[in-house]
Amino acid sequence: MSSFSPGFRGRARSLADRLPPGQYPTEQFPVLSAGPTPRVSTDTWTFTITTETGDTHSWTWADMMALPQQETVTDIHCVTRWSKFDTPWRGVSLDAFFEDVETAADFVTVDSHGGYTTNLPLEDLLDGQAWIAHSYDGYPLSPEHGGPARLLVPHLYFWKSAKWVRGLRLTHEDEPGFWESVGYHNYGDPWREQRNWGD
Amino acid sequence: MADDTAHLDGNCLAGPLSEILSVEATTAWWRCPECARTGPLAGLHVYGPDPGLTARCPGCAHIALRLVRDGDHIWLSLGGGTGAFRFRTA
Repeated sequence: MSSFSPGFRGRARSLADRLPPGQYPTEQFPVLSAGPTPRVSTDTWTFTITTETGDTHSWTWADMMALPQQETVTDIHCVTRWSKFDTPWRGVSLDAFFEDVETAADFVTVDSHGGYTTNLPLEDLLDGQAWIAHSYDGYPLSPEHGGPARLLVPHLYFWKSAKWVRGLRLTHEDEPGFWESVGYHNYGDPWREQRNWGD
Repeated sequence: MADDTAHLDGNCLAGPLSEILSVEATTAWWRCPECARTGPLAGLHVYGPDPGLTARCPGCAHIALRLVRDGDHIWLSLGGGTGAFRFRTA
């Protein structure tokens, strides 16, 4: 196979290494829906963090866009077994939102327009691991993919990256979300194939 | 609520519900607790099938039930919220 450059082989090998167990790669960006697609205007959009003591911290769309913006290119993994490599996002790190939030909570419930929820440990949203993403591949995030803004937590199965995000509730007790309460795994690590309740 | 997202009709619930109910489900009468609309289960708007089936009121999109197959189990949640039943089917 001398016609292939070392660089080509190296890239192919690295892509295989980037595929979690039980997943297949796709060039598409499938849309999975559990309800009608909410149409949320950036004119009225807000994002609110509510602490375990009831303190609230809210940002308008303009507030969010004034925060430091980050580009991230990452692989995403859906529990329905597709993975998509090198997805390009733009948004704001959760670290920026949490800069002035005082909390002793360990868990987060994510609330979305349309009633969707998901839960995860707070530590999985911090230290550069999660964003509020508002752009994809250079364009504003479409409503079908969660626009105007969605949570992006790429190290967990993609149902944790809640579309149409409107807020986070910090809690001492872990509370199962929309899919977690009907049989999906509470944490959802694709590398440990934590798809279902008993995995 | 305007609903321009692709959805299935409630008849697609017949198969999985037949595994846990002994009577025909699609003709079951249903009332929405949110908007008081009534009708047969077959008239619900169902989103899915993956990651699971979410059946909603065709009028206001309130959740009527959610159903997820997990190996030898079917998970069923009625009326929204995070409570659920887990049925062994095999």
